[in-house]
Amino acid sequence: MTLVAKALGAKDPGADGSRTGAQLICEALVREGVEIMFGIPGGAIMPFYHAMWEYRDQLRHVLCRHEQGAGHAAEGYARTTGRVGVCIATSGPGATNLVTPIADAWMDSTPMIAITGQVSSAALGTDAFQETDITGITVPITKHNYLIQKVEDIPYVVKEAFYLARSGRPGPVLIDVTKDAQQARAIPRWDRPLRLPRHKSVGVLDRGAVARAIALLVGAQRPLIMAGNGVIQSGGAAELLAFAERTGIPVITTLHGKGAFPESHELSLGMSGMHGWVHVNKAIQECDVLFNIGGRFDDRVTGKVSTFAPRAQIIHVDIDPSEIGKVVPTSIGIRGDARATLTCMLETAPAGNKHEWLRRIRGIQKEHEPHQAYRRRPDTPTLMPHDVFASLDRAFHKRTGYRVVTDVGQHQMWAAQLIEWGRPRTHITSGGAGTMGFSIPAALGAALAFPNETIWVVVGDGGFQMTNQEIATMVQEDVRNVKIAVINNGYLGMVRQWQELFEGARYSGTKLSGPDITMLAQAYGVLGIKVERPEDAEGAIESAWAHDGPVVIDFRVEREANVFPIVPAGQSISNMMVTATASA
Amino acid sequence: MKSASGFPRTHTIVALLQDHPGVLHRAVSLLRRRGYNIASLAVGRSEVAGVSRMTLVVEQEDVVQVVKQLNRLVEVLQVDDVTHDPTIEREVILVKVAAGGNMQSIVSVALGYGATIADVGMGTMLLELSGSPAKVEGFLQRLAPFGILEATRTGRIAMVRGRATHSAAELLSDLVIAAPIAQSPEQWLSQADGINGTT
Repeated sequence: MTLVAKALGAKDPGADGSRTGAQLICEALVREGVEIMFGIPGGAIMPFYHAMWEYRDQLRHVLCRHEQGAGHAAEGYARTTGRVGVCIATSGPGATNLVTPIADAWMDSTPMIAITGQVSSAALGTDAFQETDITGITVPITKHNYLIQKVEDIPYVVKEAFYLARSGRPGPVLIDVTKDAQQARAIPRWDRPLRLPRHKSVGVLDRGAVARAIALLVGAQRPLIMAGNGVIQSGGAAELLAFAERTGIPVITTLHGKGAFPESHELSLGMSGMHGWVHVNKAIQECDVLFNIGGRFDDRVTGKVSTFAPRAQIIHVDIDPSEIGKVVPTSIGIRGDARATLTCMLETAPAGNKHEWLRRIRGIQKEHEPHQAYRRRPDTPTLMPHDVFASLDRAFHKRTGYRVVTDVGQHQMWAAQLIEWGRPRTHITSGGAGTMGFSIPAALGAALAFPNETIWVVVGDGGFQMTNQEIATMVQEDVRNVKIAVINNGYLGMVRQWQELFEGARYSGTKLSGPDITMLAQAYGVLGIKVERPEDAEGAIESAWAHDGPVVIDFRVEREANVFPIVPAGQSISNMMVTATASA
Repeated sequence: MKSASGFPRTHTIVALLQDHPGVLHRAVSLLRRRGYNIASLAVGRSEVAGVSRMTLVVEQEDVVQVVKQLNRLVEVLQVDDVTHDPTIEREVILVKVAAGGNMQSIVSVALGYGATIADVGMGTMLLELSGSPAKVEGFLQRLAPFGILEATRTGRIAMVRGRATHSAAELLSDLVIAAPIAQSPEQWLSQADGINGTT
């Protein structure tokens, strides 16, 4: 080894086979199959960055512009691939900036590893420079977390952390490593077996409960399948399709269930909940058996719980037993992986149909059709959000190699409603946490995971202004396959809508100015397109798609358009407003 | 939260935890998050090295969900709400009373309760009692007229009678060599029926 190589701390072990803690982290990440990580260096994590340089052929590091962006990028990578996303930050503010994406990953059950540097063990608890108790802070928002103070612990902890992040109900795990543990040397032991409680890490399907669930569904007059994120996470979309087709039971999805079932299918009803379709919520209120597979009865799905699905017996399949019975009383609860449960159900479920029930639901849908003006653009020369979503939907229908990341707010609901979804892991959004600013960095992660696909971002001007600096990251990393559609209405639109509908149109704190987005795009070195007329929407989307490089389209839409239907917060899902003054 | 009788309805939860730093924080954090008050908390090592046993008394009507979420924590080996089980519950109290000319009366109260005299100081007497929470409460009330200078209680510890249901050794042997890859759907189906079903 040359002196220079030694000075760089080359990854060849010392004469005694020892390596630094920082090298061991790199080695452990390689062993876990990590290819890419998103982060920002700083004092307490510098030894790790020093070692990372030696592993740069195996571990690609993407320098983000804000740790929040690094965390969301890891989420975007994880949500599209199903693999564990990795993000890195230094101690103190670096670590606290990861708190939002960690909480986001926690709420949406996204497998993620956050590695943070920590001050040296001797300085722990002394309010040292950039010291923050990040393990204490993240206790409620991680599956588990670790504070490593001894270099010897690194191989085992990383292995256990990855196992926890991806096993059972996936989620974020944080590893905080003191600077001295990164610098110290040890001869690694990679063969320590994992010691974790068996009942938590390994599940067994209750076939008796599965048989009862099948009997209940087959005997039901008006059954519904509600598909959630668990179907997508378990890779069970094909099994769900087979089960629905076999039994003839109609399927509704949650927001995170979008992509679990093809919405073009005759058994697909669409999305339920606060901004769900009228016929879907009405079907829930009429159904006699509700089979929720892989969803968690979020309050945006149930509305007022005591009035939710009043005639239904509930069958709930969830990989996390603590979800069963948490929100709604359950007739049959099954702890299980969604795909495994559906596979088991397909072994014995008899063929059947629910024609009469499906006709009834389609009847409700048809009856409501004249009242769903909210699905169509009004007769106006103004660019409407509907023009953008209709154009996107048409563009998507022509192609397959795309995924969409949406942010949080009105545009998120319009995208869910007005685009036809069909494939798992193509609709990525921040559901549980509702994190504005999620989309652009998450798209960065998705784009790096799928360089041959086109990643569309749909974002409001509010969310855009929270994390658009990650466009600079895209440019630096030569990411060319991200197209950003900004639904720019100059408001924090969803809050404004609530203020209009429920708070006497007092637009307190919701009017929002912003930069000229096309000029900002140009400043980043990417293409910016401004669209102000309905007839230009489609062309802009096609040009963006054809352009070799990131594009930001500034859609200057009608400022005060509203998302309908809307179930007012805390009310029954039977109470759906379809205009500012009328209910369905 | 008060029950119909007007007294706070408490639940006694017994949990086995891996003896790691921070595990108590994780467990207690789940109660704090909901704003539940902890009436008492007693933790110590169990009969098996590496496993702690915790008894938690919570002033709350319904603890079903929090028990499930406690169970979800990686280092929590087992959790049970033993409120309605036949249990033996004990608490230890050290109480210092003002003792002057009334020492004989204090001693007779102590003897009546089976307490021991741990220390006698200048004008003070330190008593030690182990007993059911009701007995400890009664003891304190009887001592109150003498003037309680200081009292400290361990918090309740509880054990279900009869055959052991919370064997730490069994749970520890359940800490397994999990394959370092997550369980596949096929593995969910390949094992014996009905062990983990939640119905």
